[in-house]
Amino acid sequence: MPDLLIELFSEEIPARMQARARDDLKKLVTDGLVEAGLTYAGAAAFSTPRRLALTVQGLTAESPTLREERKGPRVDAPAAAVEGFLRSTGLTREQLTVRDDKKAQVYMAVIERPGRPADAIVAEVLDSAIRNFPWPKSMRWGTGSLRWVRPLQSILCLMSDEAGARVVPLDVDGIVAGNTTEGHRFMAPGRFPVSSFDDYAAKLKRAHVLLDPAERADRIWHDATNAAFAAGLEVVEDAGLLTEVAGLVEWPVVLMGRIGEEFLGLPPEVLQTSMREHQKFFSVRNPGTGRIEGYITVANRETADHGATVLAGNGKVLRARLSDARFFWDNDLRTVAQQGLEGMAAGLAHVTFHNKLGSQMDRIRRIEALAREIAPLVGAAPDLAAEAARVAKADLQSAMVGEFPELQGLMGSYYARAAGLPDAVAAACKDHYSPLGPSDDVPAEPVSVAVALADKIDTLAGFWAIDEKPTGSKDPYALRRAALGVIRLVVGNGVRLELRREIDHALASVMLSVAGHKRAVLIEDSPDGTSLLSALRDAEVLAEDFPETLKVDRTRLLGAFVKGELGILTADGRGLDFRFPAKAEAISDLLAFFHDRLKVFLRDQGIRHDVIDACLAMPGNDDLTLLVRRAEALSATLKTEDGANLLQGFKRANNILTQAEAKDGVEYSFGADVKFAEDDSERALFAALDRAEAEIAPAMAAEDFARAMAAMAALRGPIDAFFTAVQVNSDNGVVRRNRLNLLSRIRSICLSVADLTKVEG
Amino acid sequence: MTDTPRSFQEIILRLQSYWGGKGCAVLQPYDMEVGAGTFHPATTLRALGPRPWAAAYVQPSRRPTDGRYGENPNRLQHYYQYQVLIKPSPKDLQDLYLGSLQAIGIDLALHDIRFVEDDWESPTLGAWGLGWEVWCDGMEVSQFTYFQQVGGHDCRPVSGELTYGLERLAMYVLGIDHVMDMPYNDPQSPIALSYGDVFRQTEREYSRWNFDQADTAMLLSHFEDAEAECERILAAPATDGAGRAIVMAHPAYDQCIKASHLFNLLDARGVISVTERQAYIGRVRALAKKCADAFVTTEAGGGGAGGAAAEVAV
Repeated sequence: MPDLLIELFSEEIPARMQARARDDLKKLVTDGLVEAGLTYAGAAAFSTPRRLALTVQGLTAESPTLREERKGPRVDAPAAAVEGFLRSTGLTREQLTVRDDKKAQVYMAVIERPGRPADAIVAEVLDSAIRNFPWPKSMRWGTGSLRWVRPLQSILCLMSDEAGARVVPLDVDGIVAGNTTEGHRFMAPGRFPVSSFDDYAAKLKRAHVLLDPAERADRIWHDATNAAFAAGLEVVEDAGLLTEVAGLVEWPVVLMGRIGEEFLGLPPEVLQTSMREHQKFFSVRNPGTGRIEGYITVANRETADHGATVLAGNGKVLRARLSDARFFWDNDLRTVAQQGLEGMAAGLAHVTFHNKLGSQMDRIRRIEALAREIAPLVGAAPDLAAEAARVAKADLQSAMVGEFPELQGLMGSYYARAAGLPDAVAAACKDHYSPLGPSDDVPAEPVSVAVALADKIDTLAGFWAIDEKPTGSKDPYALRRAALGVIRLVVGNGVRLELRREIDHALASVMLSVAGHKRAVLIEDSPDGTSLLSALRDAEVLAEDFPETLKVDRTRLLGAFVKGELGILTADGRGLDFRFPAKAEAISDLLAFFHDRLKVFLRDQGIRHDVIDACLAMPGNDDLTLLVRRAEALSATLKTEDGANLLQGFKRANNILTQAEAKDGVEYSFGADVKFAEDDSERALFAALDRAEAEIAPAMAAEDFARAMAAMAALRGPIDAFFTAVQVNSDNGVVRRNRLNLLSRIRSICLSVADLTKVEG
Repeated sequence: MTDTPRSFQEIILRLQSYWGGKGCAVLQPYDMEVGAGTFHPATTLRALGPRPWAAAYVQPSRRPTDGRYGENPNRLQHYYQYQVLIKPSPKDLQDLYLGSLQAIGIDLALHDIRFVEDDWESPTLGAWGLGWEVWCDGMEVSQFTYFQQVGGHDCRPVSGELTYGLERLAMYVLGIDHVMDMPYNDPQSPIALSYGDVFRQTEREYSRWNFDQADTAMLLSHFEDAEAECERILAAPATDGAGRAIVMAHPAYDQCIKASHLFNLLDARGVISVTERQAYIGRVRALAKKCADAFVTTEAGGGGAGGAAAEVAV
């Protein structure tokens, strides 16, 4: 049972690619070995900045011999047929055997495919793994055509067993596999041979290379927390940074430094971001005050002066960075003091959001109007929401966000407080982008909710208005995320809002703002639909720079938008740049997009898509909070025994009724009368339906879906009893009609709660 | 080898002597305004085609938007890059590079040198490559790139490119905090000059011109002129009146460089909007691509005499 050791030694592999590369190497090689008939006991992959390594233990020494029996032609078959069989099996006539088969004797061939030694298989598999390695980005170098993430310098490929170790012969584009590797670039230069994985890992450690990234991360974290603790401080946890730094060093050496007093007044997020993004430093916090006062940098080596030069150099670079940050911070605060936050935002008039959707300032005006409208629905003061919307994106113009885009929103909240704006406005600056990811916190502060909803609905309406919707895997403007954000804001805060109405207003607002900066034209399609552009030449220009001149007739613009007859001319005025979809189409299409996202959202919470469909078919389906409550109640009901059986009862009633209605050509929807009831179960059902109706109607009016559905599920017993005791299609026409009308009552009561015809099962 | 240099110019001289000693042709700066050493035809054009190449040079570089009137400790609108291009990239290029750091006085035993992922892309040149920024104790001291494409052409063989930001590197080696305080020549010289003595005046003057005074209408028309001339040169027949086959890739490329610098000036004057920006970059890239197309038909570009081979191929 030999062990296999592979090392692919290269120039520095990007840290972010190493984890994937380890998995890929392990999978490509082990899959290849297994496919070729080998088995193994275990495998593990490792990486450092300069190497990918794989150990496979307990590999079978060769692939098994395969034996195949194949039936040939009859013994008396023509010679040509026998020749053909010999050719296809690679045997001679003497090697064939003869066997009785039903009526005749036939030739049989026994073909043996001998196993192959593991070494040959390893060479093939590794060659293919190297050539087909799925690096996210790869390159060529020198005169070769081989691709690797950075130049591949050497290959170590070793089989070892009781007899010793041997190199697997392999040559990939002139790189010949051997049994040597290199230690740390600076601390232990030079190549050395290894004889097994254990020998390899041990010698690397002596040569100042820790092979296992987990061990490097452990050492960094251990040493960092110790260093901080000794100084009465604590390291701010950052798992992502730890993984990255562990991928940047072969021999981690932790060094701790202090941040200069003059920078301690910067917001902690600025210090952390600057140190993390530019320098890959961990932040070190004073647990007493919560302030960031120091940093941990991880060098790739020990030095004779115990890191003094390295730390001094890093400190110098940090000082330069923080001087910049301090300069930005002071400048921004000065701008805010002189011009206010709205003054800072003024420049957004010159920042294009999207060339069809105008500037950031156009967008802010639309968001302001929408936020004002949504505010009362979420319990926010309209004026406050409008104010927040006006300044929420001001920090995009700040020097600090220019340098650190990831601080957008957060800086706005600092500057809002500096400008003396209310806390709710400062919070909205920070939180109106949220939620970004599916697990982000959802803002709950009413002003933040109003601005966040307005921001996202405007974005969606905008891209729907210009018909740049997400397709398949392409969603460059993150519109799916925006829609999910709206859903989570609405549902998470129990907001009651008619989404259709908000979309309508947002679309109209986008259209007016787009038309205001471009040349909007009325498109009158010719009947044959072919001469659009020639019609355009004479088209009536409805709007041209109207905010300045106010010459436009808004009513006519909106009228054309409603009818789908509104277009925008190209810059030279000679063609159609794009055409707005008819408003109603855009609204229902965007609402359908929301419903799709809602299905994904609820599916993750264990609610089936057909249950959602049953609720979507009900009125008020643009009120997402109502929709979700209904779906949750229905889902819960269907999980009870009564609920599941009621569904069967409903389906049976509905089937019988539908067939009868189709056959009779009438609709049985009225006039079931208890006086025609013949059976006790029938009378009991009448009574139960009366009770259910009395319960369900007020429950539905109060939107108490749980109560309504419980009342509906309670019908299960009487319905089951009815079907057991009674045949609906009685010979007596009066009785039959009465029973069909009774089924119709079941149907209409159930459908008043949710469209159960949509539920599967 | 690791004794500390005493001046900016000594660092440059040591780099010249180091790379000259490693077999590079030590070229002189290109005599046009460029934004980076990469624009020198010794890099952009010579990275194309099959012929081996090894060159090293200082390139004065201009980035009008970075002007700070000589007041910022690190930012300049005119600065120097040291550029090395070797084709095909040698197997020991990293070691050669580390040797150059030693040559300018960086003691590798005391410092922490790191190769940190940084892929290079020049949208104006239609070029990209993979490599690193090289960190010395957390500071970026060089860019190290394996060119994969230039002017839309695959680089075969691949060139290895090293770019040193000379002021920043020298400030680090010399332990200087403000660029203007850096000794330009030996501080013991009879007439000792600082970087500020040499460049403070010009930084102030150019900052004002770049930001406030450059005539944008004229710059715009110069941009159009350069673009038109570049295209006209390349559209000329490959054979001159006397029957000599001469494709004029380099004169055309000069116009491309001009257009690129004019765009940078317009950008510094703040007259180019975000959307227009992309369009201008696209126009310069189109020129660079055409120049690259032309260069690979020339003898130096491996395409045969003066482009005749390419014409036959068409």
